[in-house]
Amino acid sequence: MEKKIIATTSLAGCFGCHMSVLDIDERILDLIELVEFNKSPVDDIKTFTKPVDIGIIEGGCCNSENVEVLRSFRKNCKILISLGECAIMGGLPALRNGIPIEECLNEAYINGPTVGLNTQHILPNDDELPMLLDKVYPCHEIVKIDYYLPGCPPRADLIWEALVALITGSKLDLPYEVIKFD
Amino acid sequence: MTNKIKIKIDGKEIITDQGKTIVEAAHENGIFIPTLCNFAGALPKGCCRMCTIKINNRFMTSCTTPAAHGMEVENNTNEINDFRKGIIELLFVSGNHFCPSCEKSGNCELQALAYRYQMMVPRFPYDFPMKSVDGSSPYIIKDQNRCILCKRCIKTIKDDQGRHYFAFKERGHKLEVLLDDKMGKEISSALAKKAMENCPVGSIIFKEVGFEVPIGQRKYDHKPIGSEIEN
Repeated sequence: MEKKIIATTSLAGCFGCHMSVLDIDERILDLIELVEFNKSPVDDIKTFTKPVDIGIIEGGCCNSENVEVLRSFRKNCKILISLGECAIMGGLPALRNGIPIEECLNEAYINGPTVGLNTQHILPNDDELPMLLDKVYPCHEIVKIDYYLPGCPPRADLIWEALVALITGSKLDLPYEVIKFD
Repeated sequence: MTNKIKIKIDGKEIITDQGKTIVEAAHENGIFIPTLCNFAGALPKGCCRMCTIKINNRFMTSCTTPAAHGMEVENNTNEINDFRKGIIELLFVSGNHFCPSCEKSGNCELQALAYRYQMMVPRFPYDFPMKSVDGSSPYIIKDQNRCILCKRCIKTIKDDQGRHYFAFKERGHKLEVLLDDKMGKEISSALAKKAMENCPVGSIIFKEVGFEVPIGQRKYDHKPIGSEIEN
């Protein structure tokens, strides 16, 4: 069987979901027989170099760069998977969603207890910086997502079973313990 | 002596006492019907609609409908289960349910129902409403972000004179369950603990203790909600 091409990224996430992929332990050797990684922090390939079969997204969209990366994943990947709570529902970054963006920035850079060095009260304004969105969006509210694997982080067994089922076309029969939201 | 009656749930005949609700009859006979707002010992309200079943092709709430002789009930069907899953999804998108940071995670009935019905993602867009958190009581944090307005705390948490600690405020989409200012400051630690236990979600949190039971040993870590009922 030809190896499937996989790409992964972490948007507004903590890399915990990527860590959880490593929790498949020695099965990573079997995984390497099944797949080849393209654009991903795992191998540090920065741009898509070929069409990708499966794109795995960790984290939701909190700024313009996240949206751009997510859209490029949708463009280059046949199948997109939202991995983890942040990709599925915004996760902890989305705790700011009820608060106006101005209030968040003021708290972080001007009024907060740890901003003593910012004596000129400057908000980050460099052109290079991505723009913050009004709130943190789940990935499926920006592009179409094909599959969802919940968890914070998703259990390694869930990731493994789902990937193998997707790649080999076998039936996915998940035990109760692997689907958790925390 | 009470009169015994026969009803059928998904084709299975069960015997129960006249006057019992369908959900009581089902649970006594090892058939699971999911509930959220219903609470043993308190009057049923039928507001969450989780326990919806079908009788004579009509949707009914089984916590408020008394069982009647010869009734034929549809419970565990694809149509009804999808309807229930839809209710769970609506509850998830209409509040701010951040499971990873919630103390009730693993012991939460809403989350457990989502696991049981395998909610991977809600079909509705997230609302992310702005809600308040009240920590003025010495023993209780009342978090409106997670409240599902089931009324279980209002019905079950009272003082020795029968006065309610919790009450509804406003109406419609502004509706909230509030902890009474004055009574909240005088609530005993035992009653506060009971309030947290009776809350199906993490909207009532007992202060000073946190994440007492480790992941892996919580109520719904290994067995789905309802497995204690089913035989």
